[in-house]
Amino acid sequence: MKILVGIKRVIEYSTKIRLKADFSGVETNLVKMSMNPFCEIAIEEAVRLKENGYASEVRVVSVGPSSSQETLRSALALGASSATHILTNRNVEPLGVARLLAEVARKYDSNLVLLGKQSIDEDNSQTGQMLAGLLGWPQATNAFKLTVLWPENKLVEVVREVDAGLETLRLALPAVVTVNLRMNSPRFATLPGILKAKKQPIEILSAQDFGVDITPHTQIMKLELPPKRPACKMVTSVDELINLIRTEAKVI
Amino acid sequence: MALRRPFSSTWKLFRQNEVLGSSLQKFYSSSIATTRDSKFNSITEEDVTFFRSVVGPCNVVTSASALEGFNQDWMHTFQGASGLALRPTSTTQVQEILQHCNQRRLAVVPQGGNTGLVGGSVPVFDEVVLSTSRLDQVLAFDPVGGILTCQAGCVLETLNEYAEERGFVMPLDLGAKGSCHIGGNVSTNAGGLRVIRHGSLHGSVLGLEVVLPDGQLLDLNRPLRKDNTGLPLHHLFIGAEGTLGVVTAVSLLLPTRPSVVNVALLACSSFQTVQEIFMEARRSLGEIISAVEFFDRASLDLALRHLPGVADPLPADSAPFYVLLETQGAHGEHDTEKLHNFLAAIMSEEELDTKLRVVGGTLAQGAQQQQQLWRIREGITEALARAGAVFKYDLSMPVPLMYELVEEMRARLREEEDVSVVGYGHLGDDNLHLNISAPSERQSCTRLRGLIEPFVYEWTSNRGGSISAEHGIGQAKAQYMPLAHTPLALNLMRRIKTLFDPNGIMNPYKLLPRQICNSVGA
Repeated sequence: MKILVGIKRVIEYSTKIRLKADFSGVETNLVKMSMNPFCEIAIEEAVRLKENGYASEVRVVSVGPSSSQETLRSALALGASSATHILTNRNVEPLGVARLLAEVARKYDSNLVLLGKQSIDEDNSQTGQMLAGLLGWPQATNAFKLTVLWPENKLVEVVREVDAGLETLRLALPAVVTVNLRMNSPRFATLPGILKAKKQPIEILSAQDFGVDITPHTQIMKLELPPKRPACKMVTSVDELINLIRTEAKVI
Repeated sequence: MALRRPFSSTWKLFRQNEVLGSSLQKFYSSSIATTRDSKFNSITEEDVTFFRSVVGPCNVVTSASALEGFNQDWMHTFQGASGLALRPTSTTQVQEILQHCNQRRLAVVPQGGNTGLVGGSVPVFDEVVLSTSRLDQVLAFDPVGGILTCQAGCVLETLNEYAEERGFVMPLDLGAKGSCHIGGNVSTNAGGLRVIRHGSLHGSVLGLEVVLPDGQLLDLNRPLRKDNTGLPLHHLFIGAEGTLGVVTAVSLLLPTRPSVVNVALLACSSFQTVQEIFMEARRSLGEIISAVEFFDRASLDLALRHLPGVADPLPADSAPFYVLLETQGAHGEHDTEKLHNFLAAIMSEEELDTKLRVVGGTLAQGAQQQQQLWRIREGITEALARAGAVFKYDLSMPVPLMYELVEEMRARLREEEDVSVVGYGHLGDDNLHLNISAPSERQSCTRLRGLIEPFVYEWTSNRGGSISAEHGIGQAKAQYMPLAHTPLALNLMRRIKTLFDPNGIMNPYKLLPRQICNSVGA
């Protein structure tokens, strides 16, 4: 089985988000970036499948500017075998990413595409689903457990977390699976892995190389921060609390 | 003058203390302060009424259950018997309290976050606890100079968040940051994880506001980087452990916030390798080093066993020693390049570098992995507390000697059942944290303690080390002060103490108890 893992470089989850001065976008200059946490989980799952003998190759791919290479190298340090970088400075929408991933999957004959269920910057949760549609492959999203069944028949069993509980699906490969938080705990990259990854070549391509149109179909009209929460009022007695609930909050 | 009736609950506890009743045997108390100093009066109803008028009834604590937290230290090693805790909300209130206590000869224990590890922050008998928890305001911040002025009861972690929002960080960091107060940090000259980068509080503290034992306000608060005007009095209070007065406000010089932090964990096959790694790191990483910590396999095992949600970051590279290295800097690429060169050097296959070779290691990818690595090192103290009884030793000595002591202690306690000796600490500051973990019921075992003390202190002292690198003296080490200082030095300390606190009400039985004073003469 050949696995393809799509990863994205995003603003570090613990960083406070600031908007650009003209409110045209989020400030990313000198801001801490790192791999999308769900993508880390996808890589961990892929590397485990390789270590357990189910996969012969784990290729990671990322769409983004040159700084995405850092993220690809992190993935290589964690155990990915090869990396492809689709270089673009444009903000690419999920449909554009899905089209590009479809081309990469076709090029490398991938049997299983693993993605994070969403990225923590845009929170779209669309790329995996669109990718499956474009390729005509079965999909399982929000996965928290993946088991390979009967390798000869090429089936995977995926347990998904849904509102009503847990849903178990069986998918015939090739398939697209997007992963959820509780699937695994990503490992620490070993020093030999990190140093080896530094020297590994990364394939660099562009959207034109695949003939994919990444023109956006949406336009951001306005961006604003959520309204500032009013300061917490400390009360000194129960009577004062009741009075405020009546007069200010007006709920009784 | 009417005979004052002692405050009822304190009276009962006082009677118990007189004979060191069995109810106190659960905890170990310093063997030196076994009798309450009779020069102190007991708290009366009139005192309580007075305090209520000063701080308000909701800031006077008298119920036994609410006082438990004030009377017990964080490690549950020391137990006091105070019947009264006060939470002043202003410096003026602190003055009024101390003035009254000084007149009435009531002993006082200043208490911050109560995270101290030597019993310096809890009462021994019925001393009044003066808590700084309501003195929690930031007073001023100078964004150009990077100077912060705040009240003594501000929690370190809260101050760090305040500083980070403004592009700065606090000049110290320790595992207790979520609970400790800056006033307590200053009074104990707290060290912590980043002394190697930011230096000691004697450098970062620019000024203090202190209330003297007689209630007078000593304003030494100059939020200025440089001020050479006479004898530097504020330094006396840094590390005085509350025995000279109550620190009510602090001015600190803040370092700028780094834009990139890297954390690496290295597995080493011997303590010799640990030392070589440290020297190489200092040489090749230079100014970007912000922390160098080490811990042994026993410490890691303890953390993995007792800390929820903590997993081995290097399951394939088990080793007897681990070094946690952190760098902080203003430029990401510069730091990463330096760090990668250093890591490549220590992973080298060449024969020349065998001394430097590590068994394995990792570089944290992202803030979450960094936090996971720090959680292990910072959590060892907590893991020890969860494991049962702890005998804790914080010692300074040249690095090459550090693990010798750990191994000697292991040999000494070889025959003891279920007792394990762990060694970890601030490698970059010559600071060893030697801990002996035993089943809970052995906390008060004098035989076991006798095997450890005074051997550990004498061993350290004989080799020119310090019996307390950063934890301070408190109750736990007061009796060993003669190992730390000459009679002349101790005498001068006693005289300074008497100068500031003629009635001796501030944190008695700590740091310089009567026995020390008596043995060096008046």
